Amino acid sequence: MSQELAFFIDYSRCIGCQACVQACEECDTHRGASMIHLETIDRPGSVQTTPQVCMHCENPICARVCPADAIKQTPEGVTQSSLKPRCIGCSNCVLACPFGVPKYKAEIDQMMKCDYCLDRTSTGKRPMCATVCPSQALAFVTLEHIEKTRRGRAVNEWVFGDEVVRTKVYVVVPPEVDTVRADLVQLGKKRAPEIDRDDVAAILEGG
Amino acid sequence: MAVARRLEAEVWRGIVWGLFAAGLVMAGIYFGSRRLRDFDPALVPYAGATVFSAFGLGYRYTMWLRRPPTRKYWYRGWQLFLSPWRLPKNLARLVRLVWDNLLAQKFIERRSARRWAAHFFIFWGCVLAALVTFPLSFGWIRFETDRTSEKLYRAYVFGIHVFTFPWQSAMAPLVFNILDISAVLVIVGLSFALWRRARDRGALALQQFADDFLPLILLFAVSATGLLLTASTHFMHGFHYVFLSEFHAVTVIFTLLYLPFGKFFHIFQRPAQLSLEFYREAGAAGPQAVCARCQEPFASQLHIGDLKEVEAQLGIRFATEKLHYQDVCPRCRRKNLGLVQDGLWREAGQGRREVEK
Repeated sequence: MSQELAFFIDYSRCIGCQACVQACEECDTHRGASMIHLETIDRPGSVQTTPQVCMHCENPICARVCPADAIKQTPEGVTQSSLKPRCIGCSNCVLACPFGVPKYKAEIDQMMKCDYCLDRTSTGKRPMCATVCPSQALAFVTLEHIEKTRRGRAVNEWVFGDEVVRTKVYVVVPPEVDTVRADLVQLGKKRAPEIDRDDVAAILEGG
Repeated sequence: MAVARRLEAEVWRGIVWGLFAAGLVMAGIYFGSRRLRDFDPALVPYAGATVFSAFGLGYRYTMWLRRPPTRKYWYRGWQLFLSPWRLPKNLARLVRLVWDNLLAQKFIERRSARRWAAHFFIFWGCVLAALVTFPLSFGWIRFETDRTSEKLYRAYVFGIHVFTFPWQSAMAPLVFNILDISAVLVIVGLSFALWRRARDRGALALQQFADDFLPLILLFAVSATGLLLTASTHFMHGFHYVFLSEFHAVTVIFTLLYLPFGKFFHIFQRPAQLSLEFYREAGAAGPQAVCARCQEPFASQLHIGDLKEVEAQLGIRFATEKLHYQDVCPRCRRKNLGLVQDGLWREAGQGRREVEK
């Protein structure tokens, strides 16, 4: 495994440059539409941003809740965008994905998502987002490289509620952590104040 | 053990529904051909393959409906569509939905013009061919020369005389060559499809032989051998006609047998898309689900409630004592992942002052 290339995500390294968002649009399998999510955690109070690619679960919940049986995995464990002839655009996958990844495209009535840049990774190239990420918050390298260059360790086991999810994509966490409990949601957060019209960055993000 | 028993029961249920569908087709052939009086024995292989195909479709459809999400939305779709106070409006809406989604296929046009052109020609070619081939091979329609004049053709449907036309009329070549017309439509569609598949870099990366090329090869084989039969009759003095007709039969039968198990099954799955419009409408009219984190509405309560039921049936355990993870909107889930990682580093008491070696 250590010499095999894998995808690593390290949220805290993200600088919010949007290079990944732009590069994602260049992917041939969904040209012109970016499948990556880049969230600003709390715009008025922080510059923290967080990127989200598909984590490619071993037993993908999006595929399990799909009524049309339209979401398939490749033998390599890549969960693909919905099959065009089958997807009925119900948004079950959008709402059920624990990582909030699939996007419903109303104009074409289809769910689309990050597909690990299959056109590139199947030929040994790195995914577009990981190729351009300047801070390597998104990295497509060997586990050995991650262990050498980062202080934490890479894990791929998550817990949501009581649901344990294992993913093809890894997250970098402190060395003593072996499972990420992602259900510790801060509840009932007050609504953010209305965005000021002069907040150009927010307007751009919304647009 | 219990899971194995349940699966076995579902397989048997699928077989029973498959047999029921096959039985319906056989009964349709028997009674529609006036107790086989109008049935053409030369077309037995086609009728037989159709009966098997009906069995496969009944079985596959039942197995598809056994999946909890499919079952839930199938029943919910019908429930909303047939609710008495919505039915008149729903029926009017259905006409527009059938036009937009099934006949004009506007959603495919929005995906790509070339994809739409391919699908549109293939769809109408196949529909036209099916409207002729199935009734013909079942003995539901037949043509006879008129007893008073050999220049007149009489068309019968279920043994009832429907219309007569002279063999030199403008209508005659249309009737005689309708399968050739449908074959040409299919081949035009296939040309668009292959053009797209050979040039679209996304398609080149993802397409697979079994899912994407085999259906095209089958459609081409059926259309091309059908056209060759006409060519053999009119332009080649019946050259290898027997071989060609047998070859054509083989391609049609193989396609019919493939129908329930490959890409063509989407023909039977796809209409589920229509019920979704009614589902969305009912959801939008009802109360909305509010995110437990940001307090913003993000979906209908109807949808979230159904999804929670489906997840429970699938053994997806998002519920905790305090929170059901399904009550958190997708955007807050994404934000939360970044915050959780942040929290882990804080708990560990370590900064992130790492430097690449």
